[in-house]
Amino acid sequence: MAETGATASRNRRTLILLLAPLTILLGVFFLIPLGIMVVYSFLEPGLYGGVEWNWYPYNYGRLIGWPLNDYEVFDPIYLKIFLNSLQIALMTVAGTLLLSYPAAFWVASMKGPRKSLVLFLVALPFFANMLVRIYAWLLLLRPTGFLSTLLESTGLIIEPLDLLFTNFSVIVGMVYVLTPFMFLPIYANVEKLDYSLVRASRDLGATNVQTLWRIILPLTAPGIIGGSVIVFIPALGNFIVPSLLGGSKVQMTGNLIERSFLQSRDWPFGAALALLIMAFVVVLFSLQFSRQSKSEGQGTR
Amino acid sequence: MDGFLQIRSATKMYRTPEGGSIRALDDVTLHIRSNEFISLLGPSGCGKTTLLKCIAGFEDLDHGDITLTGQSLTRIPAHRRPFNTVFQNYALFPHLTVERNVAYGLDVAHVERKERTRRVGEALEQVGLAGFGARMPNQLSGGQQQRVAVARSLVLKPKVLLLDEPLSALDRKMRESMQIELKSLQHSVGITFIFVTHDQEEALSMSDRVAVLASGKVQQLASPKEIYDEPQNEFVANFVGTSNIFKGKVIAKEGRTLTLKTANGRELAVASDRFGVGDDACAVLRPEHLKLSGEARDRAIKGTVTQSVFVGSEMHLHVDVGLGRTAVVRHRHNKGSTEAAYGPGADVTLYYTPEAAHVIECKGA
Repeated sequence: MAETGATASRNRRTLILLLAPLTILLGVFFLIPLGIMVVYSFLEPGLYGGVEWNWYPYNYGRLIGWPLNDYEVFDPIYLKIFLNSLQIALMTVAGTLLLSYPAAFWVASMKGPRKSLVLFLVALPFFANMLVRIYAWLLLLRPTGFLSTLLESTGLIIEPLDLLFTNFSVIVGMVYVLTPFMFLPIYANVEKLDYSLVRASRDLGATNVQTLWRIILPLTAPGIIGGSVIVFIPALGNFIVPSLLGGSKVQMTGNLIERSFLQSRDWPFGAALALLIMAFVVVLFSLQFSRQSKSEGQGTR
Repeated sequence: MDGFLQIRSATKMYRTPEGGSIRALDDVTLHIRSNEFISLLGPSGCGKTTLLKCIAGFEDLDHGDITLTGQSLTRIPAHRRPFNTVFQNYALFPHLTVERNVAYGLDVAHVERKERTRRVGEALEQVGLAGFGARMPNQLSGGQQQRVAVARSLVLKPKVLLLDEPLSALDRKMRESMQIELKSLQHSVGITFIFVTHDQEEALSMSDRVAVLASGKVQQLASPKEIYDEPQNEFVANFVGTSNIFKGKVIAKEGRTLTLKTANGRELAVASDRFGVGDDACAVLRPEHLKLSGEARDRAIKGTVTQSVFVGSEMHLHVDVGLGRTAVVRHRHNKGSTEAAYGPGADVTLYYTPEAAHVIECKGA
């Protein structure tokens, strides 16, 4: 007994030692900055950036309408920008999903070196700088760009097509950047899918569509959900894609936060904005998570 | 022979990665009767699973035809054939309860709810799993999962139930009790079971008829007793049960008794209606037909024990009888008997009756 107790406490010590570096890293570089942001969001903005150490909850008032004072006014434009960001993020999830889901089945059906090659190609974009890759889209989508010229030469359109600086161009860029993040979790899930279940479904009289809805989709749902989460979150906060492909016409909350910190130098407002979005995402996913774990709990009882 | 499920000249080729092709099924013709329990028995790679997949409709034949009561199934896709399959790994849907699993086939066919509930209940009761409906598949034992898979198929009232090595994942005890259960289930539902297995004991104990397959061809189709007692060729004799096969030339014939002379000059008396003097023939002697003591009319072969293996109820003696092959003899083990007498190196005399031997043609003898 005493010996197992000693072993257990030794294991515990080893575990603590192993976890220490990550804990310290996250503590110092994530939790402390986050704490600073929380504090700053309730402080008065300094004239030239920075903060004045006065209790000042009105930064939130500009965003959600309460509390307000004489200087801060509620502006619904922020909510509108948020809704537009939400829409773009959701469309991005939909776009990456539509591209990745069939592709995952296609790749999972491959064998040997071909499969490794394709998986390598999926990871390849990470080797090139994101700015460069998005600039490439700038060249493709602008009125004198590749896409417009191509369509003009085929006679499908008469005037040059200006796709740039629209929600569409932002979504294209986002889908392009984030597709690997959707593909990989779905692929990992599809790869594990037991094909004999598909055969069993067919054997029991189900059509292909019924098999897809009743067997394949539910069994690959964890991959779809996982992929959607890790595409949705960065899509909602992304500011590089909208600032390059959206210009000044498409505003997303990411740009807004960037601008409050770097251009208008209103740190407390930027902090409040960032924290509200973070709160939104956390609430959304803890709801989803609790629902999921509840249904799984029912399953195994 | 009734024309229930007929497989005619079924041929199926597979491409190998090297660019060649393998005949998984080579001109297979089988007539399967209604309400029979038939086993497709053979070693792995013999084509038995391919044949099952072709019957189920998961694979298409390259040549030949499969008909059900006279109607060709060639153009009917798997999901519209009145057959259901019990898969080797059961293939239960892990995200659905036992009840939803069993109801699946009725759900996709949009069967009305009341009837669905009734039939699912019936099917679960049939396999002894009433009250397990709310469980998830991963909460069941292997044997229970097996039963769910059977119930899921039977609930659709198929004309034929296809079973693809369904017992291979179970432990020995469970397997034996499932064998009995499946057989009685087949009897009570009164439909054809086609049972694929590589386990000859399983095939013999459950089936009305056994089709032995090897290298894409049917080697023999007969009742289990016939398969065991009168194997048609060397493959069947070797694959089903243990056989002592001695090759030789017929040098004398007297009534039904042939004298077979082996390559190394030993003579063996066997009984057969076929074969004449000068023919090549193989004598098949089952281990249980070779005894260590005999009566006056028995024939005797002298030999030396090379190995003796204790298996519990019996001793298996490997005896070099100078016929070009080692003979296997089963000796009932008696408690307290002097087993040392049959240790390696002991000289023994084996007795058999000529009638016990089965004579077959030899390949390349």
